[in-house]
Formats: sequence, C-alpha cells, structure tokens
Amino acid sequence: MPIILENLCRSFDGREVLSALNHRFPDGRITCIVGPSGCGKTTLLRIIMGLLPPDAGQVSGVPSRMSAVFQEDRLIEHLSAAGNLRAVLRRGFPERELSRALQAVGLDPLIPQPVRTLSGGQKRRVAILRAVLTDAPLVLMDEPFKGLDSATRQSVVDFILPRLSGRTVLLVSHDPSEAELLGAELFDMSPAH
Amino acid sequence: MHRHPPISKLQSRIRRLWAALFWLLVWQLAAMSVGQRLLLPSPLASLARLAQLAQTSAFWRSVLFTLSHILAGFFGAMAVGAAAGALAARFRGIRDLFAPLIAAAKSVPVASFVIVALIWVPSRRLSVLISFLIALPLIYTAVLDGLAAVDPGLREMARVFRMSPWNRLTRIELPAVLPRLSSSAGVAMGLAWKSGVAAEVIGIPAGSIGERLYKAKVYLATPELFAWTLTIVLASVLCERALRLCLRSAVRAMERM
Repeated sequence: MPIILENLCRSFDGREVLSALNHRFPDGRITCIVGPSGCGKTTLLRIIMGLLPPDAGQVSGVPSRMSAVFQEDRLIEHLSAAGNLRAVLRRGFPERELSRALQAVGLDPLIPQPVRTLSGGQKRRVAILRAVLTDAPLVLMDEPFKGLDSATRQSVVDFILPRLSGRTVLLVSHDPSEAELLGAELFDMSPAH
Repeated sequence: MHRHPPISKLQSRIRRLWAALFWLLVWQLAAMSVGQRLLLPSPLASLARLAQLAQTSAFWRSVLFTLSHILAGFFGAMAVGAAAGALAARFRGIRDLFAPLIAAAKSVPVASFVIVALIWVPSRRLSVLISFLIALPLIYTAVLDGLAAVDPGLREMARVFRMSPWNRLTRIELPAVLPRLSSSAGVAMGLAWKSGVAAEVIGIPAGSIGERLYKAKVYLATPELFAWTLTIVLASVLCERALRLCLRSAVRAMERM
C-alpha cells in the first residue's frame, strides 16, 4: 500500500515547515527525500512515524510495523551492539544471522563492551542494522550514512540493499548521490518544487 | 582540586581497617582515662558484653524482632515508593499531588512521627511504620529522578520499533533507575534502622532491641547499652551491604543483556 500525504501542514512557532504537502510514496520502493536544511524532511518522517501530529492534512497507508534510523543514533548506550539489535528483533531471531550482519558491516559480533565505547561511525552502523534487520514493511532513514567514509558506506549499502528489497523505504539525505547508490527515486522537498 | 593517585581495592580496605583500628584505640584510651565503666566502657568491655549477650536466645529474639519489623517497613517503602515514583514520572498531576506529602515526609522530625504514630498503631508495629515513612521519600525520589533522566529519544525509538513492555522496562527504564535506587536505598536502609530503633526506644515494644536499649539506660548498664548499639550498627551495615549487592547484581545483569 503506498503512503499518501494529503495537504500536510506543520508549523513551529509560527514558521511554516510543511505547507499543504501532497505526495505518494510507492509501495515496496526506496524513495530518497532531498532538500535543503529546514525544508521539513525530518518533520515529515516524524509525522509518518506518529511522533508528531500534523497541524492539518493527513497521512494514509502507514503500516503498523516500521523501523527507523533516526538523525541521532538513539542506541541503548549500556548495551552491546548485539544487545541493541536483540532489544528490537523478534524473539528467536537467529544469533548466527545477527553475528553475520555485524561482521558484514565491519563490527565484531563478540565485542561485549557497551556501545557507548564505540566510535561514531560504529554506532551509526549499529543503528542502521537495527532498522534493517527487523522485518518491518516500512523503513524510515534520516541521513543514515552520516559520518561514514565512502568505503564503509559502500560496504553497508552492499549489505542492506538486498534486505530492503520489496520494503517501502523513505530515506532523508542531503546527498543526491546516495539515491543513486541505492537505486532510489527522488522526492525533492526544496521550496522551488 | 588536589587529585589523589588511584589505589587498589585491597589498599583501600587496608586503609579503612587502619582507620577503624585508630578510632577503636582512641575509644580505648578515652575509656582508660575516664576510668569508669558506667560513664564510658572500653571497646573490649563492650565487646565482651556483646559476646555474653549473643549466647542467650533472648538476644537473638530481640534482633529478629527488630530486624523483621524494620525490613518489613523498608521493603514496604520500596514497593510503595517505586510504584508512586513510576506513577509520578508518568503523570504530572500525580507528581504535583505527591509533592507536599514527600516534602513533609522528608522534613518532619522522626520524634514527631513517632509520637503521632503511637496514637494510631500499637507500639509493636511502630518501627514498621516509622522505617516505612523514613525510607519512602528517598525511594520515591530515586525512582522519579531515574525515570526523568531517561533519554526521551530512546522512548521514541521504543515506540517506533514497538518494543515489548518487558524490553522497554528491562533495557531502557530500569537501567536508568537502578543506579540511583542502589545508592538511595542504601542510605534509606541506614535511616530505617536509626529511626526504627529510635521509635522502639520511645514506644518500648516488648522483646525489641529498643526495649533492651531503654532498659540498659534505666539500669545504667552502660556496657550493655554499647553492646546493643554495636549490634544495631552491625545489623544496619550488613543489611545495607546485602541490599547494595543485590541491586548492583541487578544493574550488571541488565548491562549483560
């Protein structure tokens, strides 16, 4: 089911961030939402997540199960990388698969240390895996590759791309090349559009 | 600020032992200079009296009586304080409603509580109520502050990922509460013992440590008074250590998840 935005409006302190926004995100495809800072990309994701109510308009077609990469990592700092993944994965998720996923993005699955001891890039990779390993039909990603060098980003993309196949993915980015990397459609939220 | 070089656990224990021995020596010298057991018995005389008392079943009955009453009050405060703190963290109205009660419980002197409580409850139950009232605000505040310190971003993450209530509790909420609770509960346990025994001394319930302390004072049995005081200190410290150990284990278990 596509996600449909109808006349979506949202203001903060009198400043209109989303103004009668209409769009249809195709089902089972990756869409890259681009636009300058402050154009409402993150606000739109937060409305779709149900964390922020719109002032007017509506969103339809949002499935009940979803996963997300937030702008900040939002990891449970005292848990290990594997612990953070287990916290959201369904019970019985194969441990072998979990270890393989961590290894695939360059993280040691046996590291028992809490994620607060990891580098920014390592934490980001844990946050991405957390969103991708769940079987939610909708995945929302807010600048997921922030802080990753190009080689690491490529290895992460190689791992996640097959796992995102057939799922609706909305990815916020400042960098249109990321859309190309993921074979995503572009949705430009620049005011001119 | 002057920084001390780090020392090992063993070194720290040895230092504490030396400090304790130093003060025992000061006590012994003071008792020797006073020269009257009635005014100030020596540590050796107090320990000797404690050893004598410990050979009687009445001693252990009194210890058990006071221990069970104070622990009942303390764990009652843990249950009520944790539930009230969780509710207050969730609902602003409940926090505002509890605020005057908690402020009163924190500031009203123990003696006032005891005298008023003597009107309401039989003296046998007095130490349960008093240790409950003294521990309650500390537990409540620790739970409330712990939950208030949880990153709202993590709660949003839990909501978006539809984390189960059990996972939210054990991986997000409890790990924020337990370190604060561990430190506050240790303090609350010490205060529960102090106030509970003080309540027994005023209410004089038969068979309690408070009654034995009161009688020792009336009969000017000063070494016995000191022996009972040592018993209270030991029991309080042991309870506090056991509690901190349990809570610390719980914190470690959460971190291993």
